[in-house]
Amino acid sequence: MKTLREDYLRTSKLPHIWCPGCGNGIVTAALVRAIGKVGYEQEDVSVVSGIGCSSRAAGYLNFNTLHTTHGRALAFATGLKLSQPALKVFVVMGDGDATAIGGNHFIHAARRNIDLNAIIVNNHIYGMTGGQHSPLTPEGKRATTAPTGTLERPFDILELARASGATFGARATAAQPRLMEKLMVQAANNPGFSVVEALSMCPIAYGRRNKLGSAVDMLKMMKEDSARVEKVRSGEVEEDSVIPVGTIFSNPAPEFTESYYSKMQKDS
Amino acid sequence: MNYRKPQLMQGNEACVEGAIDAGVRFFAGYPITPSTEIAEGMAQRLPEKGGVFIQMEDEIAGMAAVIGAALGGMMSLTATSGPGFSLKQENLGYAVMAEIPCVVVNVQRYGPSTGIPTAPAQGDVMQARWGTHGDHPIIALSPTSVYESYYLTTAAVKFSQKFRIPVVLLLDEVIGHMREKVALPEAGKLMVEKQKFGDIQDYKPFDERKTPPLIPFGEGFLYHITGLIHDEYGFPSRDPGVTTRLMDQLHQKISQNQDEIVMTNYMGHPEPRVGMITYGCTARSARAALKQTYFQKRWPVGLLTLQTVWPFPHEEVKKLASQVDLLLVPEMNMGQLVGEIERYCHGETEVVGVNRYDGEMITPEEIYEQIKRWFS
Repeated sequence: MKTLREDYLRTSKLPHIWCPGCGNGIVTAALVRAIGKVGYEQEDVSVVSGIGCSSRAAGYLNFNTLHTTHGRALAFATGLKLSQPALKVFVVMGDGDATAIGGNHFIHAARRNIDLNAIIVNNHIYGMTGGQHSPLTPEGKRATTAPTGTLERPFDILELARASGATFGARATAAQPRLMEKLMVQAANNPGFSVVEALSMCPIAYGRRNKLGSAVDMLKMMKEDSARVEKVRSGEVEEDSVIPVGTIFSNPAPEFTESYYSKMQKDS
Repeated sequence: MNYRKPQLMQGNEACVEGAIDAGVRFFAGYPITPSTEIAEGMAQRLPEKGGVFIQMEDEIAGMAAVIGAALGGMMSLTATSGPGFSLKQENLGYAVMAEIPCVVVNVQRYGPSTGIPTAPAQGDVMQARWGTHGDHPIIALSPTSVYESYYLTTAAVKFSQKFRIPVVLLLDEVIGHMREKVALPEAGKLMVEKQKFGDIQDYKPFDERKTPPLIPFGEGFLYHITGLIHDEYGFPSRDPGVTTRLMDQLHQKISQNQDEIVMTNYMGHPEPRVGMITYGCTARSARAALKQTYFQKRWPVGLLTLQTVWPFPHEEVKKLASQVDLLLVPEMNMGQLVGEIERYCHGETEVVGVNRYDGEMITPEEIYEQIKRWFS
């Protein structure tokens, strides 16, 4: 395995705050490799994040990084991108951050098709506050605020993104770090709003309460439960039984920042 | 200073012109009465100037986008009214903590809640001071005329840039919607220059000794910004020493520059026995009462108008309090700034509020009656 680009990391800020077995490190490493692969200059990249465990990633990455308020990362990033259109903006959010408190910003960023790369680290739980259910907690799973299992149905985050107007949507699990990296590269190359759902594990606040075993057991489960979307589409595997991973959709459309500036030039 | 041809203009429109002339090139907001004209004006004017206007999905996002744009190097402003101002408090606090320059216009309307959307009030004075959680400094300016709406908008931009703090422009429905003849300074006269950030090698974005200008993202200096308590380089810390130093620096950058930030004016008798302290649209009724009492009858009456409401002009208030036997505080609320005034009077003088909270302006007669009672 290739080593990570050390200059992309703030090594003096390590070790990170994440628990042993957490998937955030895998997702962050995939992002670092993806940015390196696309070949952006360090000063051209900005990482914006919200509040929660995964959002702490911004502090460990050596770019211009902005750790914002809970749920609002995409709204901050919208202002940043519009004021500095050349910036390559990655927005790291957790599942609760992006889809509960930040749900409105998420659908509207997608609707505008503004060139932001949303990385949603989905561990099905609010980890930092100790394990409350999120809009992505699967039905029936236990959380501190759903002691006998949640009654609520989860979002399909990529269906939500697609319906809202995002132009690229992809999914990988922490058990497929190479695929995750590849999808992040594709997201970066898509001129428009891109979403990568990075399925991750929280053995402490989610796995333990739902008797899913260790981090390794959870990784194995994610690997077994997921299948390439191509296999699902060809009918090789049954859709309901697996989590499709890979590029779920890619529907190019005019990008907002570019449209804004070109319209402004035309009008003046 | 040379002036443009006089024109009839609304307070909200003057705010737009002030923002454009000061160099604001980014607006993000959400429609709300009675501030909508500011968004509409910006939608028209900003693209002409190569700037960015965006209508966001909600008030919270408007505030967030303004902060994001400030980090991209654009001078930025948002405008709202009561209910929207409540929603903005979360990210307004972020801008205080992360020291992001931006301007938030609050065209006050009658509240609480939806209240009376088209009726004036001055009920957000304490919210402007303490709306977001935690100990925090703030600057709030309150215009009394259409021209002041223009001028104080440029001052708000200037202070926000210099002290890296969100500045609240506390307009009210009367000044926002009132039309007056104004002669604006020639365009460019009040442009706020972008500050130079000097040597990048020694740059600390959150220097504890001074407030350096923010280096925009994308300029090559890589750093971190967070709403958490942070060290001089912007990284989270929960060290008690770092925490105290940061909080002291946040507050001292305002308290130590009180003289520059505080704008007030005094009109009336040089040795007044009755004083008035007011701000915003109510200052206009107070001026009419001053005309009747001091200018016409030569009663020893004086009026202190506060263009800067926060930080509180305590020196100016204390001085007037030491001179008078009675201090009237007309406000279109149930008594907000009057408490702060009493705090600085130390019982030296009698402080009496003149309040109205029925959605109508305080009339000059209502103030005049109070003054007359003391002199008869």
